[in-house]
Amino acid sequence: MLTLENVSFEVQEEKGQKEIIRDMNLTIDDHKFVVITGPNGGGKSTLAKLIAGIEKPTAGRIYFEGTDITELSITERANLGISFAFQQPVRFKGIQVLDLIRLAAKKNLSAADACQYLSEVGLCAKDYIKREVNASLSGGELKRIEIATVLARNTRMSVFDEPEAGIDLWSFQNLIQVFERMRKSTDGSILIISHQERILNIADEIVVIADGRITRQGPKEEVLPSLLGTASAVDACARFYQGGDRR
Amino acid sequence: MTDQIQQRILEEVADLHGVPEGAYNIRANGRMAGRNTTANIDITSKTEVSGIDIRIRPGTRNESVHIPVVLSESGMKDMVYNDFYIGEDSDVVIVAGCGIHNCGNQDSQHDGIHRFYVGKNARVRYVEKHYGEGDGNGKRILNPVTEVTMEEGSTMEMEMVQIKGVDSTDRKTKASLAKGAKLVVRERLMTHGSQYAVSDYVVELNGEEASADVVSRSVAKDSSYQKFDSRIVGNAPCTGHTECDAIIMGDAKILAVPQLEANHIDAALIHEAAIGKIAGEQIVKLMTLGLTEEEAEAQIVNGFLK
Repeated sequence: MLTLENVSFEVQEEKGQKEIIRDMNLTIDDHKFVVITGPNGGGKSTLAKLIAGIEKPTAGRIYFEGTDITELSITERANLGISFAFQQPVRFKGIQVLDLIRLAAKKNLSAADACQYLSEVGLCAKDYIKREVNASLSGGELKRIEIATVLARNTRMSVFDEPEAGIDLWSFQNLIQVFERMRKSTDGSILIISHQERILNIADEIVVIADGRITRQGPKEEVLPSLLGTASAVDACARFYQGGDRR
Repeated sequence: MTDQIQQRILEEVADLHGVPEGAYNIRANGRMAGRNTTANIDITSKTEVSGIDIRIRPGTRNESVHIPVVLSESGMKDMVYNDFYIGEDSDVVIVAGCGIHNCGNQDSQHDGIHRFYVGKNARVRYVEKHYGEGDGNGKRILNPVTEVTMEEGSTMEMEMVQIKGVDSTDRKTKASLAKGAKLVVRERLMTHGSQYAVSDYVVELNGEEASADVVSRSVAKDSSYQKFDSRIVGNAPCTGHTECDAIIMGDAKILAVPQLEANHIDAALIHEAAIGKIAGEQIVKLMTLGLTEEEAEAQIVNGFLK
């Protein structure tokens, strides 16, 4: 479904060129739930942005359902069926939650239909539908609305960049259920960037990225045991009680 | 009474799709084009100068007054004085739009001076929309002056909207509030091309527990110029807030001058001003939903001005 062929991504830094993604080859098959993990700074978020078109590779090609999308814009990729949930959702003054969900769904959904997507991510829909997507919403609320926009798009490929970041523990439990339901209902593939053991645990396949390269890739049963206890597979509770997720 | 162009402009400025319900006075090209009064709302023409007096009886509730103005002749210069006397304990809506259609080469200009006397405990919602169109070289100019005198316990909400087609505006609004009076102003402005818009507010809070909230949201595109100058004066124990939030685009220029003057120890006054371009990540987010960059920009601007 999605293939990266010898993809590299370099940025210009003071000390010279820095390679964030190095000659990467990766295939995500149809109807797969794939989680990408690995140490911070390893290139995971950059990879997600390369897929969504927010960044363009400095070398290599990206194919989506047989089409070379390397040179396509964010908009063109979105319309071909790639969705992207931001790690840090964007705020908009004046745009209401309902507006955003309608834009995502590309149709003039009734408020009741839009509410279903919000209920799906555990938000009491009637309290939120008319709210502005602005600074009055908490980080966790925004994050759930962000996920609701991806659900409303219902595309062939959904990419989530650290969906657990900024979400409290209670919401995190629900988030796992959202992904489990999505996995059953979606006609496509889901790609999640995450360190969370419980998200890794529901994956079909796990890809470990470090220093811009894939260091391991395979079925969950093979890859997960070696990751347990490392920073690539964090227990949500442990991290919460350490205060790491209390944003 | 009114032709097709005038009717379209009436739709833009007053949401009128025919003859309005309730009291109204329609002014087209400097002349009265229609008037209706009700048992509680009287409209009479001034004799010394151009304009009307609108008298709303005390206790009038759930009634509305429409006083749209349309200029469709190029080169028309119009100046009116409209006085509103709003009786005690009344609760009314006043819609006063002004639209200019200028397809000639001479400037068209409408200067309206509106004076409001809001009686004790009365509530008024005032909507003023400005709109311009026409492809002539003549400029479309609107210079409204609004003076509001608010008596004890009265409330006034003012919605001032100028979204399109007005080349030059110099808006002056003055308000003085007695004890317990409450003024809320919501201004929405968009300028484009080489348009020029100045908005100047002076609000005096003279009585105990008087409050004012003056908020402007604006978008300046192309090489247009905007100035928002809002001064809140606290002369008593009162609360005041003024805010200007602007999006700047292209080669536009924006000057925001929020001012506070406290002349009493218990005057609590706040001002905020922010000017910035559309955040790149906002455009990117909407593009990931399938919108083009232009569509994303339009959505962001529309939402901001909604």
